[in-house]
Amino acid sequence: MNPKLTRRRFIKGVIASGAAVTSTSIWYAANGAERPAGSVERLIRINVNGQMRSVDVAPQETLASTLRYKLGLTGTKLGCNRGECGACTVLVDDTPSYACSVLTHSVKSMRIETVEGLQSANGDLHPVQQAFVEELSPQCGYCTPGQVMAAVGLLRANPNPTREEAQQGMAGNICRCGSYDSYLNGVMRAAQIG
Amino acid sequence: MAYMHIGKDFVPPDVVGKVTGRIKYSEDYSREGMVYARLLTSPVPHGRVVNIDAAEALAMDGVFGILTADDVYPDGEPQSPGLKVLTNEPTLVGEPILAIAAIDEKTAETAMAKISLTIERLPFVLDPLDSLEAGGADAYTGGNTFVFREGFAQEKWTTDQVASFRSGNEPTAEAQQSWAYGDLEAGFASSDFIHETVFSTAGYPHMSMEPRSAMAYWENGKCYLHGTSQSLSAIAEEMAGIVGVPLEDFVFINEATGGGFGQRARAGSIPSMAIPAKLSQKINRPVMMRVTREEEFTIGGARQGLQGWIKVGFRANGTMAAMDLYCISDNGGKGGGGDANSAAAGVSALYQTEAMRFRNSSIGTNTGHRGAQRGPGENQIMAIMAPIMDKAAEQLGVDRLEIRKLNAAQNGDVSGQRSEPFTSAYMPEALELAAKQFGWEEKKGRARQTNGSKVRGFGIGQGYHNAGRSGMDGIIRLMPSGRLQIHNGVGNLGTYSYASTSRAAAEVLKMPWENCDVITGRTDRHLPITSPQDGSNSIFTNTRTCYGAAQDLLGKMKEIAAMDLGGNPADYDIDGARIHQIADNTVGMSYAEVAQRGMELGGKYTGEAELPEELNTLTQLSVSRLAGSALMGIYHDPRHNNNPPGFAVCLTEIELDKETGKFQILDMVNIAECGTVVHPQGLANQLRGGAVWGIGLSALERHLYDPQNGLPASSGFWQSKIPTYLDTPLNIGTGWVDLPDPENPVGARGIGEPSMGSVSAALNAAISDALGGHLFDAAPVTTDMIINHLADVSSKAVPLAQNNFRG
Ligand code: FES
Ligand code: FES
Repeated sequence: MNPKLTRRRFIKGVIASGAAVTSTSIWYAANGAERPAGSVERLIRINVNGQMRSVDVAPQETLASTLRYKLGLTGTKLGCNRGECGACTVLVDDTPSYACSVLTHSVKSMRIETVEGLQSANGDLHPVQQAFVEELSPQCGYCTPGQVMAAVGLLRANPNPTREEAQQGMAGNICRCGSYDSYLNGVMRAAQIG
Repeated sequence: MAYMHIGKDFVPPDVVGKVTGRIKYSEDYSREGMVYARLLTSPVPHGRVVNIDAAEALAMDGVFGILTADDVYPDGEPQSPGLKVLTNEPTLVGEPILAIAAIDEKTAETAMAKISLTIERLPFVLDPLDSLEAGGADAYTGGNTFVFREGFAQEKWTTDQVASFRSGNEPTAEAQQSWAYGDLEAGFASSDFIHETVFSTAGYPHMSMEPRSAMAYWENGKCYLHGTSQSLSAIAEEMAGIVGVPLEDFVFINEATGGGFGQRARAGSIPSMAIPAKLSQKINRPVMMRVTREEEFTIGGARQGLQGWIKVGFRANGTMAAMDLYCISDNGGKGGGGDANSAAAGVSALYQTEAMRFRNSSIGTNTGHRGAQRGPGENQIMAIMAPIMDKAAEQLGVDRLEIRKLNAAQNGDVSGQRSEPFTSAYMPEALELAAKQFGWEEKKGRARQTNGSKVRGFGIGQGYHNAGRSGMDGIIRLMPSGRLQIHNGVGNLGTYSYASTSRAAAEVLKMPWENCDVITGRTDRHLPITSPQDGSNSIFTNTRTCYGAAQDLLGKMKEIAAMDLGGNPADYDIDGARIHQIADNTVGMSYAEVAQRGMELGGKYTGEAELPEELNTLTQLSVSRLAGSALMGIYHDPRHNNNPPGFAVCLTEIELDKETGKFQILDMVNIAECGTVVHPQGLANQLRGGAVWGIGLSALERHLYDPQNGLPASSGFWQSKIPTYLDTPLNIGTGWVDLPDPENPVGARGIGEPSMGSVSAALNAAISDALGGHLFDAAPVTTDMIINHLADVSSKAVPLAQNNFRG
């Protein structure tokens, strides 16, 4: 894991900004209008899916809020908004990260990738997406974007994992439908597709 | 039978949207001018709202309005234990009292903090037995139970009666509900092994991954509600009623649902969706209500916990002669359910017990909202029953697989209170297939083998659920372009049934799948009524309607061909998207031509006349809006005969570490007996997903409440402990018997629920096996319980406790 992006670092950031870590506070933080005196610049540019995007970001705003509610990238889901489920997983400098537990300001110099950025320009699905379709990995699909991003991150770090390694690598993503086996089948197939 | 579509995999139309993130769930929508609602929820487990002073909040800039129970129920709240839209009489912590709408969520939260809520605390209770005891608190105002058509009532036992039950004896109080068949006394008298015990199974929340957020707006007098549901067309009428709008002015939009396991099947269990609709009406703006994980825990529904007493008698040959079951069902703070009744019906179906008595009383507690959850009742009781079956086998010297085969349901068998016959039943075949695939004969000798602190355990489990309904409607349209549009009102919760059942229509018409469109996702696409998507019924119920609608269309096509090309309708057949004479297949019409001709003819061909009698209200509305648009097949499905069962069998091997109490699942196969297989990948997903749920039931999930304040302690994924990748086996083997059922035109029955019960049963049996046959008589069997047992600390430290640790 990228040491810059640990959950502890997120919590420290939140403490510094004086915000409470509750799911509701994060949501309204996304819409916060005030700017504390002497705080960070709000209008920032962030690299999302290879594009530099200008966005007005409150100091304590999470990356999930920015992506979903400012940039309209609703592929990133919120299952818990408190670092429990992985539905919000995106890649930050290639590392799977819970976007609900990362402050947008803390990643403004990093590369952010969301599920919307995976398909190639000609419409081809990413190998992980293609494999998930072929294995019918999703059930309800709500955890799927997070599972896709976790799998993409895993395969970048370890292109040929064993099934056990894949299971460990995906373990931060909950699926209430219980599609774990089908997702693992998808990860192993994606590793073959390359 | 050789099918073109049935039994074949395909790419469901929504799966690409799921892997790309493009498919939309309710919270992914937005609308110009949309404002945000937040909920003020009850801080106490039981109370009465005395006063709400919102003047300061409403005076704030950016606050648009408030919605209270008085707005929703101007004539007073309905006197029922059902979940309300909003309430002044909360009976659980977190129950929504009011909603406030503001320009953004921060403003709404700030406004909420300015509302002065005066609430009178009332006594609360967390365990049904505590409430039953004389002097115990009642969960509701007016009692601790609800009597249908009569209202709230108080049910009390003497202190001695409660103590006697807690210490392991048959309850002596009269039960609220009972049924029986056969000669119970004679059954026990003829038994060579009788096992009698008290047991408890925990309640726990659904925890669907998508919180039940909803967004609504009004346009030209119509209410548009973006919501979340397992069902689509089935909830429209009831939801329109809750919102208070005529059905014809209500549009429910629900392209995808992030998990539904019983509590999103019916409008009455998701009434919170009416909050943005009513607020939007009041303030004349689109309203988004995002629901948090904690709120989802509270109003998202939970499985009923059962406290019970069971007595089972077996003859020397291993047949089950008699079963006596008495349950206390935890109805929670809202809702309730029929888990205990289903548990009894399930035991009767799976073990074919010759005589049976069932008794139950349902008692409220100030805990999570209860209702149907995947295999309600059956899946809990199978976890209790499987280790008992093994104990009987051991005592009687019968093989563990054999005792199950001896008692297995077969064609011609009956079950339940009314001794209803199965439509078909192949449980012995399922047991055989599971044993073969698992390698039971080769592996079973390893049972209880130790390796250091680790010991092997094996379990065999069976699952059952009544898996099919009828009486619904079908609509399909053959378009002038030659494409087939299949209108399907089944919800999209991840089973892909909305698409797989549509393939029954394509099958009848021999239509290539790429020429078919499944029309679904919102009710203004004119959908037929379907049964709520619960009870494992979609495959059976909606293949019947789609098949029937296609047969109607086919008949009309033949009539048109005969009219234009001569001869009788019976002289025609179809092939390659053409209708042609059987005698000379060069004489015919393309599907596009026959559709165009149908539109010229109008009348019954285009849904403008001679509609089937008994079409349901929503279907009538949809047909009237589609009339004249295409050559239509319209069908009302008559009632089927008998009970279509879904059966599953699981075999598993675990390795349990006696030092830590943890176990690992080394091997697992989960086999379906659900008639003809319609969609193999979808079925495999149900078998795997059911397995994960079964692991949760037997080993992990439970409600925990703080006894002092009634606060929930398991409102998050991790505290509630739903299974993760690491709690589940690396591979779950799947398979199916695949024999057709005569009451379904393609031979299919459902599987979603039994696929969990088989695993909850097998895993609990395997844990018991690893511990030398020790019976916990509980589900889940958690690590702390195993450790306490191994350390010789009594597992009955908190006898039969609900919503709390059980030692
Ligand atoms: S939404 Fe971020 S971990 Fe659950
Ligand atoms: S597919 Fe439903 S939560 Fe994973």
